[in-house]
Amino acid sequence: MSFHETPTPIDKRFFTTGVKVLIALMIAGLSFGLYRMIFGLGSTTNLTDQYPWGMWIGVDVASGVALAAGGFTTAFLAHIIHREHFHAIVRPALLTAMLGYTFVGIGLMFDLGRWYNIWHPALPMMWQGNSVLFEVGMCVMVYLTVLYIEFLPVVTERFIGQVNLPGMFSFFNEPIDRLLSFLDNILGKVMFVFVIAGVVLSCLHQSSLGTLMLISPYKMHPLYWSLLSPLFFLSSAIAVGYPMVIFESMIASKSFGHKTEMDILTPLAKFIPYLLGIYIVLKIGDMIYRGTYVYLFEGSTQSRMFWLEFGLLTVVPFLMLLSSRVRSSAGWLFSAASMYILGVLLNRCAVFFVAYQSPFAEKAYFPAIGEFALTIGLIATLMLVYRVFVSILPVIPAPEREAVSNSNASTRIEKAI
Amino acid sequence: MGINRRDFIKQLAGIGGIALFAKDANVWAGEQTTTLRDSLGVLVDTTLCVGCRSCEKACNQINQELPRKTPQSFNDNSVFDKRRRMTADSYTVVNRYNNPGNSGNPVYVKFQCMHCADPACVSACIVGALTKESNGAVKYDPWKCIGCRYCMVACPFQVPAYEYNNATTPQVGKCTFCFEKRTSKGKAPACVQACPMEVMTFGKKRELIKIAKKRIEKYPDRYIPHLYGEHELGGTSWLYLSSLSFEKIDFPKFGYISPPSYTEPIQHAIFKHFIPPLTLFAVLGGFMWFLRQRKTESKSVLNEEGQEK
Repeated sequence: MSFHETPTPIDKRFFTTGVKVLIALMIAGLSFGLYRMIFGLGSTTNLTDQYPWGMWIGVDVASGVALAAGGFTTAFLAHIIHREHFHAIVRPALLTAMLGYTFVGIGLMFDLGRWYNIWHPALPMMWQGNSVLFEVGMCVMVYLTVLYIEFLPVVTERFIGQVNLPGMFSFFNEPIDRLLSFLDNILGKVMFVFVIAGVVLSCLHQSSLGTLMLISPYKMHPLYWSLLSPLFFLSSAIAVGYPMVIFESMIASKSFGHKTEMDILTPLAKFIPYLLGIYIVLKIGDMIYRGTYVYLFEGSTQSRMFWLEFGLLTVVPFLMLLSSRVRSSAGWLFSAASMYILGVLLNRCAVFFVAYQSPFAEKAYFPAIGEFALTIGLIATLMLVYRVFVSILPVIPAPEREAVSNSNASTRIEKAI
Repeated sequence: MGINRRDFIKQLAGIGGIALFAKDANVWAGEQTTTLRDSLGVLVDTTLCVGCRSCEKACNQINQELPRKTPQSFNDNSVFDKRRRMTADSYTVVNRYNNPGNSGNPVYVKFQCMHCADPACVSACIVGALTKESNGAVKYDPWKCIGCRYCMVACPFQVPAYEYNNATTPQVGKCTFCFEKRTSKGKAPACVQACPMEVMTFGKKRELIKIAKKRIEKYPDRYIPHLYGEHELGGTSWLYLSSLSFEKIDFPKFGYISPPSYTEPIQHAIFKHFIPPLTLFAVLGGFMWFLRQRKTESKSVLNEEGQEK
């Protein structure tokens, strides 16, 4: 029925050089994480009373959430508007989103002063409906659960009829097998509820992340404080979903020695200019309406950041992706996607700590080595866990045996869409 | 997904039912922030302050959770050489400012939490660890706190400070308005009582505004005609009179709109009786259902093409 074979666990050598580098980064990062847990935030970060939020919030949490948008955007494409053609990318995107949100939670634990109280927002007696952060927290918690449920069929598919516990545990083989079949049966019937809920929850918290900084109007640089900020966050998250899927798919193909799935990625890339266009129009329209273009040439860190993240890393990839030649060339498509991903990452950093200026700041905030190390270490850990998951579970489609001519397939599908 | 239309509609309705129950929890719909009309406050007349730091000493003595300091340490006037802000170890500080009109007579200003009428920190707090008490105090409960520091992001005065070097039980530190020990019992805060120059007046905010306006009227040469905190950010419990412009003594120029007025309407519009999220759910569900027809068609098209190659 499809152009691709069904997802299969990856059966390749695990300890490659790449994996060894990731393990080293993980150990380095987690050592700093451990140091923070023992000696406190003050010893590991450059956070101060003037700059209470830094890189861990801007990258680990805010960018982590934005860059996990591939999960709900592909779910929308494949399940809600039934573009069957894109089914092959749903599982990898879902796995990335699931791990991405899990690591948002883990990253947050290092940033929270009283991390052991992280469950407090779930207690009805502590609900605080006026807090934007409360809404973000609740939505993220519920969405993480939804993502785990959405991922369950991958697990049941792998293990139904294959449960084989060693020795004394073999007694449990049959009950576990029956449980998996039962789950599979139920989930098949109700999954659509979770798929839609996932999209709704994503829209809610992606936008609310943009509402967070609206509470400090006097501390934010005017280039980054707008009542439309929730819409900017939502539209940029939606726009970065597919670039992220393209980015990951290409890296996975490369490292597993598969052929790049250009016949899927090229048609997928065709959506990006529309989605990114919405964000750019909103952003420029808001700038004209509020007259903030006067700050573009003031030469401040904030205005330079704006040129970098919006001018170079948002508008340029948008223009690139307008061209069908960029979309059908693996190299160019990868460059454009990577540029916008970096653009979103820097945009979140800009909003959460570059545009934020305390009235009595003594010096500007710049992340400490420990902050960089933990952030990089967590990303490395995420990639390792991803690698382990795809070797055990059927996530990534096996490579095509009979290669269809690449350009032929992609142009044909571009026409179809 | 083998589901028929009836099941689909039934399940959508089920979700709607859950939301109808949930709407009663007004935590989602949002309560109106009330301006506390009879709340207490303190009027600070900066023109009277001589910089003796008795208020700092009294604050350190009454707030037992602060690191103990010797009474003599508060006689050290070298601290005035640079601008200080409150920290997790000191909830109030006095700063010295040059007086351009009279250089031999500098201006001293005491700072602490302003106890806003509609506090941004209280609105921001994810677990309600910060609360606005009916007497005007903004109170902090460390047992609820998760340490996210969003209150610090939110505060326009940069007041809440953090114990960054406490690895296990860090707290947000800020002026308590002596809530537990004094103001909840109607007594003036420790700093007000300790001041030998009677810089500060404790009382109902309405009365304090009257007193302040009378002073401005009576001594127009002594004060600039502005009572800081009367309207700033929707009003603050601590009010300030000054001889210098407020920007010169480190009071930021603020509008009259409180910060939560920007975020709370957005927040409550999105969750109004859960209608917007449910509408989105229904629209997406509708799309999903009706596009199923197209799915079957397009599938057969792809199959044909697949056979061609």
